[in-house]
Amino acid sequence: MFHIHCAGLCSSASVLVICCKQSFYYSFSYSYTGLPLALPRGENMDGGGGSRENVTAGGAYTEELHVLAVDDSLVDRKLVERLLKNSSCKVTTAENGLRALEYLGLGDEKRTSLEDNVSKVNLIITDYCMPGMTGYELLKKIKESSILKEIPVVIMSSENIPTRINKCLEEGAQMFMLKPLKQSDVVKLRCNLMNCRS
Amino acid sequence: MEVVQMQRAWVEYTKSLFREGFLDAQFQQLQLLQDESNPDFVAEVVSLFFEDSERLLSDLTFALEQQSVDFKKVDAHVHQLKGSSSSIGAQRVKNDCIAFRSFCEEQNVEGCQRCLQQVKQDYSLVKSKLEALIRLEQQIVAAGGSIPMEELSF
Repeated sequence: MFHIHCAGLCSSASVLVICCKQSFYYSFSYSYTGLPLALPRGENMDGGGGSRENVTAGGAYTEELHVLAVDDSLVDRKLVERLLKNSSCKVTTAENGLRALEYLGLGDEKRTSLEDNVSKVNLIITDYCMPGMTGYELLKKIKESSILKEIPVVIMSSENIPTRINKCLEEGAQMFMLKPLKQSDVVKLRCNLMNCRS
Repeated sequence: MEVVQMQRAWVEYTKSLFREGFLDAQFQQLQLLQDESNPDFVAEVVSLFFEDSERLLSDLTFALEQQSVDFKKVDAHVHQLKGSSSSIGAQRVKNDCIAFRSFCEEQNVEGCQRCLQQVKQDYSLVKSKLEALIRLEQQIVAAGGSIPMEELSF
């Protein structure tokens, strides 16, 4: 039912399996029993800052990721937020590229000092098709910024267009994900990120 | 009705919605995201979907009534509707949107208007079914029971 498939380059297969299994068991147990397991999931979902170490059922540590999710669709924002929160992420949502850049400190007012928000955001996940600034344009702006370029950016789209995907990957996108998003996609995402961080 | 009967009715009703193609696997994904700490998740997302869809259908009606139809605009609205229906698993609505987009591409006004009617019909159907499903869920919870998600074979 949950097909754990981590596409991409994996330097350590065993690490990958462990992290996938953890997320898998975590999601599975939590969803099916309907009872909240006594797993510290990073309580401060809506406040506080900095990464926190969480112990999961398998005994390994996961950091709490702060994700900025950008999508013009309210339904999709709600869905991605829930998916990410279920994976111990702190989530901030933005409805368009401009708002996202403002949050990250690259708004119209040029700021010289690092914004608090910037140091907190570990991942940006954005829809491709958005009115005004597309996800691709947002990706470019982020990669062009000296303070933001290290933050991994994931692009989501409902359309599976190889040229679009390649364009985004070439511009530095961490991953491309096909909508609609499911729990297994978030598992894939975490595996991909953990692998890249190690 | 006893809780057990209501739960059985919920399982049967849900299965029928999948069988009849109103909902697809993505809706199950939404159900999986609902739990004790987020007991209203499905109802909330579905409610957002209704608001979004009603706005889009209204915009589409307006756009297709114009003397000179702006197909780019029509396509943009349909694309949005396709996206949100896909995200919640409203399969028939999503498929209607796919057909709709090809008529937009052809700049076929009549084809688009027929599609709009079809989308409205299927939207209206899935809306009433989802409302009934959610009502049943609320009744089960109010009676102290839980939603038997595990009885749906994935």
